[in-house]
Amino acid sequence: MAIPFSYTAKNLMARKLTTALTAGGMALVVFVFATVLMLQEGLRKTLVQTGSWDNVVVTRRSAGTEVQSGVDRAQAGVVESQPEVAYGADGLPLVSKETVVLVTLPKRESDKPSNVVIRGIGPKGNALRPQVRIIEGRMFRWGSSEIVAGRSIAERFQGAGAGEQLRFAMRDWTVVGVFDAGRSGFDSEIWGDSDQLMQAFRRPVFSSVVLRLEDAGRFEALKARLESDPRLTVEAKRETVFYAEQSQVLANFIGYLGLTLSVIFSIGATIGAMITMYASVANRTAEIGTLRALGFRSRSILAVFLLEALLLGLVGGAVGLGLASFMQFLTISTMNWQSFAELAFTFTLDAGIVAKALAFALMMGLLGGFLPALRAARLNIVDALRAV
Amino acid sequence: MYFAKLVLRNTLRHKLRTGLTVLGLFVAILAFGLLRTVVEAWFAGAESASTTRLITRNSISLVFSLPIAYQDRIRQIGGVTRVSHANWFGGIYVSEKNFFPQFAVDAKSYLDLYPEYLIPPEQLKAFLLDRKGCTVGRKLADIHGFKIGDVVQLRGTIFPGTWEFVVRAVYDGAEAATDTSQFLFHWDYLNETLKQTVPRRANTVGVYVVGIEQSNQAAEIGREIDRTFRNSLAETLTETEKAFQLGFVAMTEAIVIAIEVVSFLVIFIIMAVMANTMAMTARERLAEYATMKALGFGPIRVVSLILGESLVIALAGATAGVLATFPVAEWFAAKMGTLFPVFNVSQQTVTMQIVAAVTVGAVAALLPSYRAATVRIVDGLRNIG
Repeated sequence: MAIPFSYTAKNLMARKLTTALTAGGMALVVFVFATVLMLQEGLRKTLVQTGSWDNVVVTRRSAGTEVQSGVDRAQAGVVESQPEVAYGADGLPLVSKETVVLVTLPKRESDKPSNVVIRGIGPKGNALRPQVRIIEGRMFRWGSSEIVAGRSIAERFQGAGAGEQLRFAMRDWTVVGVFDAGRSGFDSEIWGDSDQLMQAFRRPVFSSVVLRLEDAGRFEALKARLESDPRLTVEAKRETVFYAEQSQVLANFIGYLGLTLSVIFSIGATIGAMITMYASVANRTAEIGTLRALGFRSRSILAVFLLEALLLGLVGGAVGLGLASFMQFLTISTMNWQSFAELAFTFTLDAGIVAKALAFALMMGLLGGFLPALRAARLNIVDALRAV
Repeated sequence: MYFAKLVLRNTLRHKLRTGLTVLGLFVAILAFGLLRTVVEAWFAGAESASTTRLITRNSISLVFSLPIAYQDRIRQIGGVTRVSHANWFGGIYVSEKNFFPQFAVDAKSYLDLYPEYLIPPEQLKAFLLDRKGCTVGRKLADIHGFKIGDVVQLRGTIFPGTWEFVVRAVYDGAEAATDTSQFLFHWDYLNETLKQTVPRRANTVGVYVVGIEQSNQAAEIGREIDRTFRNSLAETLTETEKAFQLGFVAMTEAIVIAIEVVSFLVIFIIMAVMANTMAMTARERLAEYATMKALGFGPIRVVSLILGESLVIALAGATAGVLATFPVAEWFAAKMGTLFPVFNVSQQTVTMQIVAAVTVGAVAALLPSYRAATVRIVDGLRNIG
């Protein structure tokens, strides 16, 4: 016969301070665990949304990033005329020959400089990225020293808001609009007219060529032809893959650091649960003896203490998740080592993370509670009843 | 004396509980120490920067280069003793995982500006005489097994092609904080090759390293250099080497802050565990404390009994944690390769670990002490734990 659940719950309530401290320790560990998962998920989401599956980025072979790459006009022309390229309603190919450079700008709050991506787009640059919408002001005019800033750049960098001016490459650039790119990596960029930017930066070559495939399935054919063409020194990647690779190092770093920390911290919290449960068993030795004498089996006793430990873990997990969910309001911005530029992303909570965090909390409870519960179950009835 | 003995006996009364708490503290203090060391490693480049070196770069951003012709014009500026230049090469050795910094430098002047890179004279001579030669730091040489005379191939990401170098020298750091994970080679090799392959990119340098006479002239000379090139196609930005390095730290500030926050979280976690242990201990012994009070011991005695026990446990865990930090940090540094060029456990970290442990011990004793000190003797005696 099982011992009622209310017995377990009331036991936790009987010693509020101890319960609160143990669950509090666990909550902090779950908080760290969940936060790291949310950060990883946020980074992944940002990058997945940056690229489109049917867009292709062509860069110079082994350049890795657009900033390091260079594709001259003749090569860009060859890429543009490939048969896999989609055409727009106006009969022009959906290709944007882009120039991507970094400028160092000071942040609004701290005045500390950071690298910001400036992307010069071709006339079809917007059509290739349907997720980008102007939310303030207007789009820049072609052939002028006008630029538009991504939402998170406009918010955080001096002179990048709508109506403000930025000076670089011996020109004053007017920010005429702010765009929202649906929380993708483009939110951390500034866009302008490719030809104007190339002129200003004295760069005779493009950085990359972005094109839309007519049929997403024909990527392999295009890639094979481009990479074996003796006139070209380029490589082609799907846009989604390109952006995922850009932040591989950052994603791995967050992942490893988070995993290591969670494991180390959970040792501490598990020990806390174990101490609490051992004390709980020791305090109730006579009680356990009584229960046994009344006819409850030792496996019911085991279950009761395991349940208590699990409940402790659940409370800790719920509190930790509650704290972590507030992190969704925060935006993290840091330099991406690979692209050497600022990247902003948010903490993202989803059902998978909630499940993982709760499972993690329950496991800490279970690990901490198992040995004490075993001791409780194995108590000798007579000895237990004699205990004071 | 008797008092200390009583504290010690009390500590050992619940061997399992004390053991578990000490283990928890050990893990927490160890983790705290490692996290602090990671944060310090982040700042290592800035810490070891010299105050008599300035870095001049293109004012747009580091991605843009400067013409080599600036070298002589910078040298003419008063207070400047030496000028050297360097290009970030960004090559890949075998695979992307083996990241290490590579610079194409004007070897003679560069090594003069960095006296902390120690090279044996005959190796230095061999390096300077071989245009395809390179010098590698001791740490880098150990990781990849580079020996004098080895041929090293790098795949260029910024400068296309496969580049071959011959290891001519291995440098050691003059101090523990010196970065010995760098790969230096001749700018001339890079430049002469570029003249053949991509002429428009030849004769440019990434940064100028400017040696100055006195560190207090840094700001003035920096302004003077920038003024010289104002309104040119490549305007410059000159700052001290330290400011330049701190600029990099600032870009990844969010990560540093996160690690710092987490390093304090672990202390809070262990504080909760420790406070729990002390609360349970004190609850069980309430009757004893009442007995002591009934015998005439004042509340201070009772409080110091609890505080003493708490501190003994905390310090036991901390001692083990501090001692373990050194070998674990060494292991971690070896695993991380060149990600952290300098990874040393500092004096400050050890001090912070001990302070954290004492704080945990003291805070954990707070609530139980209060209860024991204020409990009425009659109530305490009636208590059965």
